[in-house]
Amino acid sequence: MTDAFADLRDLYQEVILDHGRHPRNFRRLGPPARHAKGDNPMCGDRVEVWVRLEEGERIAEAAFEGRGCAISIASASLMTETVRGKSAKQARALADAFRTLVRTGRCPMCGGVHAEDLERLRPLSGVAEYPSRVKCATLAWHALEAALAGEATATSA
Amino acid sequence: MSQAAIAMVHPGFDVFAIRREFPILAESVRGKPLIYLDSAASAQKPRAVIEAMVQAMEHQYANVHRGLHWMSERTTEAFETARDAVARFLNAPSREEIVFTKNATEAINLVAHAYGRGVMDPAKAVLISAMEHHANIIPWQMLRDERGIELRVCPITAEGELDWAGFERLLADGRVGLVAITHMSNVLGTVTPAERIARAAHDAGALVLFDGSQAAVHRRVDVQAIGADFYVFTGHKLYGPTGIGVLWARAELLERMPPFLGGGDMISSVSFEKAEWARIPHKFEAGTPPILEGIGLAAAIAWVERVGLEAIEEHERALTDFALARLSAIEGVRIFGRAQDRGGVVTFALDRAHAHDVATLLDRQGIAVRAGHHCAEPLMRVLGVDSTARASFAAYTTRAEIDALAEALERVRRFFA
Ligand SMILES: Cc1ncc(COP(=O)(O)O)c(C=O)c1O
Repeated sequence: MTDAFADLRDLYQEVILDHGRHPRNFRRLGPPARHAKGDNPMCGDRVEVWVRLEEGERIAEAAFEGRGCAISIASASLMTETVRGKSAKQARALADAFRTLVRTGRCPMCGGVHAEDLERLRPLSGVAEYPSRVKCATLAWHALEAALAGEATATSA
Repeated sequence: MSQAAIAMVHPGFDVFAIRREFPILAESVRGKPLIYLDSAASAQKPRAVIEAMVQAMEHQYANVHRGLHWMSERTTEAFETARDAVARFLNAPSREEIVFTKNATEAINLVAHAYGRGVMDPAKAVLISAMEHHANIIPWQMLRDERGIELRVCPITAEGELDWAGFERLLADGRVGLVAITHMSNVLGTVTPAERIARAAHDAGALVLFDGSQAAVHRRVDVQAIGADFYVFTGHKLYGPTGIGVLWARAELLERMPPFLGGGDMISSVSFEKAEWARIPHKFEAGTPPILEGIGLAAAIAWVERVGLEAIEEHERALTDFALARLSAIEGVRIFGRAQDRGGVVTFALDRAHAHDVATLLDRQGIAVRAGHHCAEPLMRVLGVDSTARASFAAYTTRAEIDALAEALERVRRFFA
């Protein structure tokens, strides 16, 4: 069967539509979970991210709430799934690799230790073509890093 | 004017002939012919404008008002001719009342500084509306924060028109010194009743400034018939170049206002102790003015006059009616702004998709629309949305392009369903 939406699907792959429509871990976590807000004033996207850490700084659980476009919601949703079980340090490394992925469309670290996670995040790489939309994809990751650092707000840069 | 009368006055309006005058419309985007529905953000340029500017740079260019040489004299003449063209375009009583700025934003800031800080009684209030562009909000907020003046905001109705009863109520105590209001909303398309606003403002002892950034592009503006005190617009939306805007103000006001920026060209004599201001409008034009842009703007005005503003208005009215009908027939599309009197912008949202996704997915189909808050965040709050998408039309827009928009939007709806 030919896909009537092939021209739209290359950027909005099924996984993005799915996570955009049915975001995972879309809830708040109570204390002592850390949390931070991310705000993209340019387009009105807003997310709040919570992380609960276990002993040894491992992420036991990540969750978020927010509103925005399909890209920002799907990215936040995928993020909460991929960082689970990672150390704060690993999560930061993944955030870096993800930013490179969505800014450049390339994935120099896809062969490395986070290969599997980055493969899951790869559908978002299409936004590299839309510099104005890159911030939608990175917003939740900035908030996550701020939460891990114990800061209350992140500004998407 | 009736349909028949327009047809008689402008029998020659041919959108396809007009399109051939815009080189950029032959470009393709993502392998598809460009469908440019973002003219309210900035209009494309006809060859006449491009050539006038190239012509000046290649054959007749120097600084103005300074050199005592042939090139400078000719350039000064061309630039000052642009002032005449703008004065005629707005039906201003005198060319000295036309001040060139960088854009509409700077023109409003000029008034907020030179009139707001320099002349207006700080006990007076400024009245704006809920559908202003940030350009007509922030300068007044800055004035408020600096001088403690009161800033009042007139509400709008559910249709997106000025709430007239609210407007009169806000004027009733006679404490408003200046009404600063859009002549056409860049989001809702609403054209405000300028003459009625000016009359009510004057009756209440206030002056009135119109932000004509959108209106001047879509219909004929006559500042005297309106009874305006200040009128601003911006060149790049009027098929002209970026980097030039216009402030028109009554000469008597300009005379009373202190300068906005200081520097060369705005003084008649200077010593280290003091300076004498140049006469108007030069008092407000510090530094080398936008010379090439002025020449380009004059060419844009000549182009618009040749096509005919009435013909453009009629063409856009038909397109807007068509777009409103086509888009509202799509399931889940909500349209913002249902004013009786409106210009060629249609702002909408799709219930299952965010405006940014809509704009990106339209772009993938070769269609350029704007998405976001359109520099009118407070209005978005009034409308109860984070962001919307906007299609806007110009003299070169065709019905086929609106059909393409409707079809692409229908696909986006099904894609997100
Ligand atoms: C209604 C309105 N006012 C003011 C402006 C500001 O124009 P400019 O950015 O050219 O100063 C715009 C355009 O964005 C507008 O639509």
